[in-house]
Amino acid sequence: MSENIITLTEATFDEVVNGNAAPVVVDFWAEWCGPCKMIAPILDEIATEQGDAVVITKLNVDENPSIAQRFGVMSIPTILVFRDGELDKKIVGAKGKSQMVEEMGL
Amino acid sequence: MTTNSDSKPIVDVLILGSGPAGLTAAIYAARASLAPLVLEGEPSSTGDQPGGQLMLTTEVENYPGFPDGGITGPDLMMKFREQAAGFGADLRGEKASRVDFSARPFKVWVGDPDTPEPTYLAQTIIISTGATAMMLNLENETRLMGHGVSACATCDGFFFRDQDIAVVGGGDTAMEEATFLTKFAKTVTVIHRRDELRASKIMQDRAMANEKIKFLWDSQVEDVLGENAVEKLVVRNVKTDEVSELPVTGLFVAIGHKPATSLFSDQLETNAVGYLVTEGKSSRTNVPGVFACGDVQDDTYRQAITAAGSGCTAAIDAERWLESEVH
Repeated sequence: MSENIITLTEATFDEVVNGNAAPVVVDFWAEWCGPCKMIAPILDEIATEQGDAVVITKLNVDENPSIAQRFGVMSIPTILVFRDGELDKKIVGAKGKSQMVEEMGL
Repeated sequence: MTTNSDSKPIVDVLILGSGPAGLTAAIYAARASLAPLVLEGEPSSTGDQPGGQLMLTTEVENYPGFPDGGITGPDLMMKFREQAAGFGADLRGEKASRVDFSARPFKVWVGDPDTPEPTYLAQTIIISTGATAMMLNLENETRLMGHGVSACATCDGFFFRDQDIAVVGGGDTAMEEATFLTKFAKTVTVIHRRDELRASKIMQDRAMANEKIKFLWDSQVEDVLGENAVEKLVVRNVKTDEVSELPVTGLFVAIGHKPATSLFSDQLETNAVGYLVTEGKSSRTNVPGVFACGDVQDDTYRQAITAAGSGCTAAIDAERWLESEVH
């Protein structure tokens, strides 16, 4: 995992999502999810390419179930995009990079 | 590798797809010093993705060589991939958007299919695009995808702890998913449109012996109800026409797969159910130099090991064809 990706937990979630001027992307994942592993390198690339324009984070649903529940995540990978602390986009399922960037609104 | 007049490189072997068939073909072609280029596909959650359908499974118990409890599908495919890369296969996370097999070298596009110039030129093509999961094609099923409707039990089972859920289908995949889902769910109702299962005996026995699994025979899902998440299913008995409601919060669809042939169906011969036709025991399609292996041409066996075996056949066929026709 690249250094550009921040690992979120139940303890840090709100602070990171609310405390950034740039959009915050949260990747809900787990160790047992094959498609989650496939999109990890794509998120890495997006983080590297976009630099400060976006904050890319990941949240392990096994370890942080309450956050998944709060946002009605019932399938992974799910990617949520927050702008100014508000939920703006919900992307369900793995996708290719160009489609991912487009759906994130980046 | 050779070059044509405007010096775009021509690869000897271009492989479309990266499940057991495509990666075995890549291992064999790479060991034969043919420097295969593999278009692995793009991530998705339907089986049509790098690594293929095994990326959505848990333990694979019947792939030879793993006697101690098997190996998980994703781990097995990682090993295939490493082995192919180790022999020098060029693996790219790209997906073909258009092909032209009307003249040699064959043309393959990635990205915008309307670009005049193809992305790749190839002497031979090995098609191993596999099959993708079929859905029920109900409007509400699509709407509630990711909100209780799922095509991937291993991805989503976790979210249905202590809940009542349903699996549609009667084959091995349906039994595997139903059994797996009992780790989380309170009950799993298997809805099947016939009064007997298609699944192999071992998978049937395992599901039948599981106290959490119930069966709803001769039944078809007509609709999925729920505002923001699945609340219940409308189920019709196909023998009595009786319609009933089944309160569940999750619906896992495992009604089979269809071959991923949409890119080729106007250029290659397909059978009545859409699978690519290959000649006899070979991997040869009706276009010389184009070979097919794995689930895209197999509507009978559809196993990881048979796919891998046919991938080996395709690489050898391609190698021999190159020797006789090109080199």
